[in-house]
Amino acid sequence: MNTTEKYNLANLVMDHALKNGADQVSVSINDSRSSDIEIRDQKIDKLTESIRNSLTIKLFVDKKYSAHSTSRLKKEELFHFIEEAIAATRFLAEDEFRSLPEPDLYYKEGSFDLKTVDPVLDSIKAETKIDLANEVLNEAFGKDDRIISVSSYYSDSISNRVMVTSNGFKGDSSNTNVSLYAVISVKGDSSRPSDYWYENAIFFDKLNKKGIGQKALERTIQKIGPKKIKSGKYPVIIENRSVSSVLNPLYSALEGSSIYQKQSFLASKENKSVASPKLTIYDDPFITSGFGSQLFDNEGLACIKRPIVEKGILRNFYIDTYYGKKLKMKPPSGSSTNVVFTTGDRDLDGMVKSMKIGILITGFNGGNCNGSTGDFSYGIEGFLIENGKPVHPVNEMNISGNMNQFWFNLMEVGNDILDGEAFRTPSMMFEDIDFSGI
Amino acid sequence: MDHFEVTPEQLQRILTTALEKGADYADLYFEHTQNNTSALEDGKVNSAYSNVKFGVGIRVLKGDQTGYAYSEDVTEEAMIKAAKTAANIANSPGASVPLNINEYQPPNYYPVINSWEETSIKNKIPYLQRMNDQIFAADKRITKVNAYLQDSSSYILFFNSEGRLAWDFRPMAVLVAVCIMEDKGRIENFYVTRSFRTGSEFLTNDLVDELSEEVVKRTALLFDATKPKAGEMEVVMGAGESGILLHEAMGHAFEADFNRKNTSIFSDKMGQKVAESFVNIVDDGTIPGNRGTLNFDDEGNATQRTSLVSDGILKSYLHDRISAEFYKVEPTGNGRRQDFRNIPIPRMRCTYMENGPHKREEIIESVKNGIYVDNFSNGQVNIGAGDFTFFVKFGYLIENGKLTRPIKDINIIGNGPQALADIVMVADDKTLSNAGATCGKGGQEVPATFGMPTVKVKKLTVGGINS
Repeated sequence: MNTTEKYNLANLVMDHALKNGADQVSVSINDSRSSDIEIRDQKIDKLTESIRNSLTIKLFVDKKYSAHSTSRLKKEELFHFIEEAIAATRFLAEDEFRSLPEPDLYYKEGSFDLKTVDPVLDSIKAETKIDLANEVLNEAFGKDDRIISVSSYYSDSISNRVMVTSNGFKGDSSNTNVSLYAVISVKGDSSRPSDYWYENAIFFDKLNKKGIGQKALERTIQKIGPKKIKSGKYPVIIENRSVSSVLNPLYSALEGSSIYQKQSFLASKENKSVASPKLTIYDDPFITSGFGSQLFDNEGLACIKRPIVEKGILRNFYIDTYYGKKLKMKPPSGSSTNVVFTTGDRDLDGMVKSMKIGILITGFNGGNCNGSTGDFSYGIEGFLIENGKPVHPVNEMNISGNMNQFWFNLMEVGNDILDGEAFRTPSMMFEDIDFSGI
Repeated sequence: MDHFEVTPEQLQRILTTALEKGADYADLYFEHTQNNTSALEDGKVNSAYSNVKFGVGIRVLKGDQTGYAYSEDVTEEAMIKAAKTAANIANSPGASVPLNINEYQPPNYYPVINSWEETSIKNKIPYLQRMNDQIFAADKRITKVNAYLQDSSSYILFFNSEGRLAWDFRPMAVLVAVCIMEDKGRIENFYVTRSFRTGSEFLTNDLVDELSEEVVKRTALLFDATKPKAGEMEVVMGAGESGILLHEAMGHAFEADFNRKNTSIFSDKMGQKVAESFVNIVDDGTIPGNRGTLNFDDEGNATQRTSLVSDGILKSYLHDRISAEFYKVEPTGNGRRQDFRNIPIPRMRCTYMENGPHKREEIIESVKNGIYVDNFSNGQVNIGAGDFTFFVKFGYLIENGKLTRPIKDINIIGNGPQALADIVMVADDKTLSNAGATCGKGGQEVPATFGMPTVKVKKLTVGGINS
């Protein structure tokens, strides 16, 4: 389906729902195409092609609400699906807070191009993709006697969405993504450590295609011979690609649903200090070719650039229309776009060199955070650092604490942002973190 | 075949296309799934959600290489197109597939009395309302209750190039109770779930009352909870949900795809002693009504009760078609997939430990300073390194052989082979957990369950506080 066909179907479905008793309706149609290639030990292991379609309809019927999605997009089947959905919705209890957003908050067509689509991607030949994955693999394959297995992956995807609502919203967007990935296992003393590296891009020509296999191999070999160290409080550096694990609980606590459900340790802390003054986070939907860039969110609300945390002070939450009404808060948007940090002066190496004794975390292993209280505990892997140098890998250790305190322990924010993700995290250094080990 | 409006001749033509470039084997996996969720918030069932998945996955194998494509349109034209894409894994002349249908009649481990498809939301609402009312009535400190009912019905049709034809109807039900309590400015939350492969006969007042009582009791205890000291200690794992230890510490590492690739920490341990002689671990896909049970796996193979560790010896991995072929063993019925959009891979079903020679009381009494845990939210494992973790929602300190203060929100980490060898006591109170666990691997989520008698692990690293 092209964009016009998607709009036509969305409008048809919306009209059918309105004719059959819905007071308000939102319809979105998404489709995507993706291609995945896995090479293992110099042989193609998997070739996967997928084409996916779905339609989602939100129904507001007599102050009652339900939402439905389906991959069966034939008109007659959709009509029957909607009629049944409206009938079922009538059995629900009324909810005065359910409605479409106020029309003046909607994105209006005509803004600038965020450059989130590579028109070339659809024409990349399968042979080219296989060659690229092979090049990634060959950077590592046979390069060390300890290697057990090398796998490399090429993936690309193109996704499109169209959305209409019965109170006037109309919008469409498209995104492309291409990535190369390597994962390597090696024989250690008593275990088989593995690690990975990847590169991600929106444009095929901008994808960094070199050094992926080599970097994955270096990282894996460095993990041979891990040791557990004594329990205690240590300063810690968290590598940029792992920072999102400790950021996610903070982000969950900023959501309207968490606040309303009393599962947010940040509820009622607007304009209060929640972190070290080193922490400044903006939500910026308009970065050219950003992985989280968008003009409107999944309700059609116009995205705006806004501060989330400024020098440790909490400035904004992520509030959607429903919880905005329940909490009497204005809904700028219920979902994050590009999460951008004010960065410091040094990269990961610079921070490691400055550490007398501490731990560099390069990955998390399980764990969780209690949203109501902020208590957390996570398994970690990484390295013991002494006098600015990694001494040996560490494993089988946990970090624990409370998110309300943890972010006040932030000492330094790096300048090595992860620009291939929507969460553009730099490496970060914290002091006095509880580790459990021996 | 009527459900998907396809004929045997069409299936034959699609498989012939899938094999036209010389692959060894192809299969078709048709799925039609309807998921429904009814949700209670603020004392009312005021939102409902549904999702329909419909399509066919076409898999082509050449040795251990896989070509895969799927179509959400089951017209012959669309399926032929997908089959041509999947066929590209091979590159030599193919042969046509003879129409040789061998219909497999599996046992039915989950007969349905009342189908979810025939159950109106009108009949689901009173149970969620009852749950809300029961929970609120139980304690004045309760400020929020959420309740969810998720149900699904899946029609599955499987056909492969060896002529195997099988169909299945797979029901699923999950009930969730969430309780928020506030006391003197502190907020605590807890949730309890139950899940079975069953129809709407699942919904009973007894089940609702059981969940309501449990969630209130556990939430209230959290106000007294403390955190243990950080570090290594003896850990007693209570009967039931503690099966997460088996799932994370060894179950994933027993999945044969990792072993075939030599990347599991258990890759060279087949036939070796890996645990005390009273340790017996099983993965079972045949327990009636269990969330992890399947009448046949997603490659059309019979499910079974697979003995993984017998008298402390590693006896079997968990196989899919590719790994069974590699190891020259019979498939164990562990080839599973999230849905028709995904390739089947070895996955657990219900993984549990059999009873051992000890008593629960003597296990607890044997610990001077340690913890007792029996309720978890999530776990994870690094297959090659062997490091596994699980997050404890609730447990107790053990001091001088007695359960004392509650503990909560701690992560426990250990190493799989070491933890298995460190299981030094196993009680005789085996319990299967029906807490609705979902297992993630390779981007695919499948329902899985586990079980355990009370056991003692000599040493695990407990996330806690350093004084």
